[in-house]
Parts: sequence; C-alpha cells; structure tokens
Amino acid sequence: MTNTTATAFEQARQEGRAALVGYLPAGYPDVPGGINALRVLVESGCDVIEIGLPYSDPVMDGPTIQAAAQQALEAGIRTTDVLRTVEAVAATGVPTLVMTYWNPVERYGVDRFAADLASAGGAGLITPDITPDFGQHWIAAADAHGLDKVFLVAPSSTDERLAMTAQACRGFIYAAAVMGVTGARESTSDLAGPLVARTRAVSDLPVGVGLGVSNGAQAAQVAEYADGVIVGSAFVRALLDAPDRPAGLRRLGALVEDLALGVRRQVGG
Amino acid sequence: MSGFDADEHGWFGDFGGRFMPEALVAALDELDVAWRAAMADPEFVTAFHTICADYAGTPSRLYDATRLSEQAGARILLKREDLNHTGAHKIRNVLGQALLTTRMGKTRVIAETGAGQHGVASATAAAYFGLDCVVYMGEVDTERQALNVARMKLLGAEVIPVVSGSRTLKDAINEALRDWVASVDHTAYLFGTAAGPHPFPSMVRDFTRGIGDEARAQCLELTGALPDTIAACVGGGSNAIGLFTAFLDDADVEIFGFEAGGDGVETGRHAATIVAGDPGVLHGARTYVLQDDDGQTIESHSISAGLDYPGVGPQHAHLAKTGRAVYEAVTDADAMDAMALLARTEGIIPAVESAHALAGALRLAERRPGSTILVNLSGRGDKDMGTAIEWFGLGGAS
Repeated sequence: MTNTTATAFEQARQEGRAALVGYLPAGYPDVPGGINALRVLVESGCDVIEIGLPYSDPVMDGPTIQAAAQQALEAGIRTTDVLRTVEAVAATGVPTLVMTYWNPVERYGVDRFAADLASAGGAGLITPDITPDFGQHWIAAADAHGLDKVFLVAPSSTDERLAMTAQACRGFIYAAAVMGVTGARESTSDLAGPLVARTRAVSDLPVGVGLGVSNGAQAAQVAEYADGVIVGSAFVRALLDAPDRPAGLRRLGALVEDLALGVRRQVGG
Repeated sequence: MSGFDADEHGWFGDFGGRFMPEALVAALDELDVAWRAAMADPEFVTAFHTICADYAGTPSRLYDATRLSEQAGARILLKREDLNHTGAHKIRNVLGQALLTTRMGKTRVIAETGAGQHGVASATAAAYFGLDCVVYMGEVDTERQALNVARMKLLGAEVIPVVSGSRTLKDAINEALRDWVASVDHTAYLFGTAAGPHPFPSMVRDFTRGIGDEARAQCLELTGALPDTIAACVGGGSNAIGLFTAFLDDADVEIFGFEAGGDGVETGRHAATIVAGDPGVLHGARTYVLQDDDGQTIESHSISAGLDYPGVGPQHAHLAKTGRAVYEAVTDADAMDAMALLARTEGIIPAVESAHALAGALRLAERRPGSTILVNLSGRGDKDMGTAIEWFGLGGAS
C-alpha cells in the first residue's frame, strides 16, 4: 500500500523518531542507474523520497549536486525520464516527491506536469525557487490533483512569511536551515533549532530539516528537534566517490542504514 | 515613471516577478524598501547625480554624427556613453547600487560579469566607496578577457573563476546568487543588468535612466524636436532601458532594441532572446528565455560577450509584448561592419555591443530616409580590439 507523505511522517512520529527523507537526482549516473540508487534509498530505510529534476541553472545547489545533475543533463535526461523514475520509485510504496526548479515545470505545462506526476504515483513537489506568493499556478494545479506542495522556509524568513509559507504547504514544511547552498557540512547549524520552533509555532505540519547532514550522529542531533531529517548531498557524494556502480550502491546502502539508525537514536539517551 | 512600470510585486504585465529561494526574499524585500526610500529622498538622488557628474563624467554628450549620417541617409545622433569613466553606461548602475549599499550599511559587494565590463565597473565603484568586492566570472570568460581580469585585480577586487555549468555569464550569476544566499547579512549583490528578481529590473532602470533623460533634453535642444526613432542594443538590457524610459510615454517616438543575432537567428547560434526565445523563468524573473523543450537553458552565442546572455530584462519582454518597443536581431557580421563604418566615418571605435545598435540604426535609416535616429553608443571598443584583430585580420603592420 502506498503511504502518503503525511502518513510516513505520522508513522515515524508514532515510533518516537524523525523520518529520514532521502534525495537523489534522477538520471545519475543514467536513468536506470538513478532508479537503482533510489531503490537502495527505499530498501535501506528512507521514509520519504525526493527525486531531483536536473536543471541547467541550479542556484540553490552546491558543487556535489551540481556535478551529478550536470552529468545527468549531459547524458540527455528529459523531464519524461524523471517522471518515469518517479513511477519506478513510487511503485515501492514509499511516498515520492520531485524536487525541481521552476522553469522545467512551467515549460512542461504546470497542469500537465501535475497530472502526469499524479498518474506516475508521485506524491508532490518540493519547489526551492518559488515561494507561495509566486506559486499560485502550481498551488492550484497541486490542489486539483491532490499533490503535496512543499515550500521552503529559511532562517531569514520573517514570522509573517513563515506563516504564509506554512499555510500553503501540504505534506511537510522544508526548513532549509543553513543560509547557503546544498552540501554536506561538518557541523550542524545553530539556526536550525530556532527555525523549527518558529515554524512549529505557526503550523501543525511536520517540519523536515535540510542542512548538510552526512552521518548518523548528525542525523541524531537533528532528529532531536525536527520531524524529518533531509539528506541529499551525502548520498550523491557516496555515488560520485565510488570506484564503480556496485560499490557506489553498497556505500549508499550503508550510509542510509547509518542515517536510519541516527534518526532513531536519542542523542541524550 | 512611465506607463510601463512594474506593479509593487515587480510584474511588468505578464513578466518579471520574483521567482527566488525563500532564503533571499528577506534580502530582496530589504533592498526593495531601501531602494524606494532612497529614490524618494532628495539627498540620495542629489548625491547620486553629483557622483555621476563629478566622477563618471555625466551628462554624456549627444553627438551629431554628420559623416555617418551622410552615408546612412538619415540623421544619426549618438549618445556618447562610451566617454563615461570606465568606458560604458554601466558605471551609472554600479555607482547607484554602491551608494545604496553604503546607505544600507553593508560593507561587501559581489557581482557577476561576462566580458568583464560590469566587473570592472563594480570594482571601480567598490574602490570609490571603500567596499570589499568579489566578482564572479565564468572561467571561459576569464580566459577570453584577461585584460579585464587584470583591471579588476588592480582595482582591488577578488575575481573568482566559475567552473560550473557552461562557465560563462549565466553560471557567474548562479555562483553570485549562491554566494549571496550565504552572505546576505553584510553583502549587496550589484546586479549588472536590468534583469533578475524584483526589485533589480526596476532599480537598475532607475540608475541608468539618466541616459534617456539626458538624451531627450539634449535632442530637444539640438534639433528642436524629439527623435523619430531611438535605438539601443539589448543583452540583459540595462543600457536600452536606460535610454528607453524617458521616451516610453512619447507615443510618436519609435523604439527599437537590437539583440545579438550571432551567426544568424536561423542557425540557432545567437543570443536573440526576445526575437527567438520563449517565455520562461530564469534568474528570478519570468521573461523570454533561450530554452529547450524541457525548459533547460540553452547557451547563447554572440561575438559580443556583453550581449551573450540567454535571458533578457522583464521590462523589455513587456515592451515587446505590448508592442511599445520593437526588437530585432543583428548578426555578428552586421555589427562588425557597423563598428568599422563608425571608426572610419567618425573616428569613434564603438564597443561591439553598441555596434549592434548602430547596425540596427543603419537598417532603420534605409527604411526611414531623412529621419532622426538617436542611438545609444553604450560603450567604447578598446576592450574589443582582440575581437577586431581577429575579425578584420588586423594583425601585423602593413
């Protein structure tokens, strides 16, 4: 049975832990290879999947995700390949969202994209470069197709914008808790806790935190205060650094397992 | 102000807006408030005009190019932005933005640059105001424009080669935005053209509109009438919007923007975004974009690095859609011919960007013999001598 994003977070909450949200771009190293890697995320313990739609101008991504996305683009990935990837991953039953910059959606046709994403079994969209005040078209299309709308909040968001953004979200709220681009970081941000608290004050939706988590210990720290721990660059890095594909998938699986243990660990306990 | 301004959210009709990460919205809102307050403050406006006059050398002259006019068959007036300090209109924009930066209490500026002109202008303004300056420049461009890299360094700026994506202007913008997300509390982004998210298109227009305000008054004084037609080159479109704004409500003045046609629009190797692009979202604004069927940005091509950009300012998109301005493409070859013609008839070597406007004006002169055409000569051609040497085979003495 397919979970929704909401039920996946709820199940984690009932187990007294944070959900593990895993990101990989579609089409890296190629379309079938990308599907295999995403399946490893599912099999090794991610509760929610984000599939990145590779884009030529990814202003919010650091070098790691840029490199993988660029390689996918150079290999010729199309938007329809991303939807095919969604279909294959969603078939596992794990809620599967697409994370995408806006222009590819607009080019595909907002309503058509929503319809095709829904029929591929996709749960919704995470949209890092549009905010609800400039996302009305997407909001209407998502509502028409029952899709999750995940907008980002940031440490620099005013209280007023936090409330406006949270109200527009469905599924979960993405707290981008570092003022900077995606990428693994040594230490977790001291901006994250307060941002989650401020977001909780204006919404009952679960709050997922993305801030460059790359190991179980960091995941455990973030799980102390967040409903979901979002990991992306570290997974891409595991694949990029591996000598070959099988080794990459093994490293990926081991990393997911470490992180899945992390979100179940109480740092203080 | 004109009848073609953006609304409070930055919409020029269907174009513009602010398609940006939430992390930057607070900074853009702060900038929006600071810019509006500054433009409403006579002290700021006076300070800006004083700096432009004393330091940059404005108002630039309006020059009656009689020998060129004889050849063209129409009266061609040249707005001599090439005579400004640093050699182009761009100094106006950076002085305005840097003055605003100091007013906002920020101490560091970042900028993107393609050919290096905006980078040099930004480094200049940063030196003038005592600000730290980092310029992002595509690695491909740092190699093509080594002289400008050296200028920026001499002016005290740090130049960071961008190795991501296509390693050109659009990627330099991406990298500057990435810097800004992480540094926004103390850093201002000196955007180089009238594009990007609100309020940049409107703010950059405000800082460059002196071009048209001056030219309109100068033309009235010189000829006793407004020009029949005005013309400017359009990459992102800052010099063009700077010229156009003063004339937008003059319904009898025809307005033409000339985009870079590269090898010819039909070859696909060009930067004629309005002529051949489709509506989309790039770098924070809905505008015309060179893109493929999946919305991936297509690399632009032009002999002119300053016009080599796959997007365009949203106000131009709006002016095109409403028909208030007409946009056409000028090929590399036509632009280089115009460069040579101006050099030989008037003793003025224009920037290769501005040569696109000139080539367009020559085309308009054929269509409207005897009319008065005011052209923005947005920059000088010193920086383009490498290009000219290669194109015309000028190497060696003979």
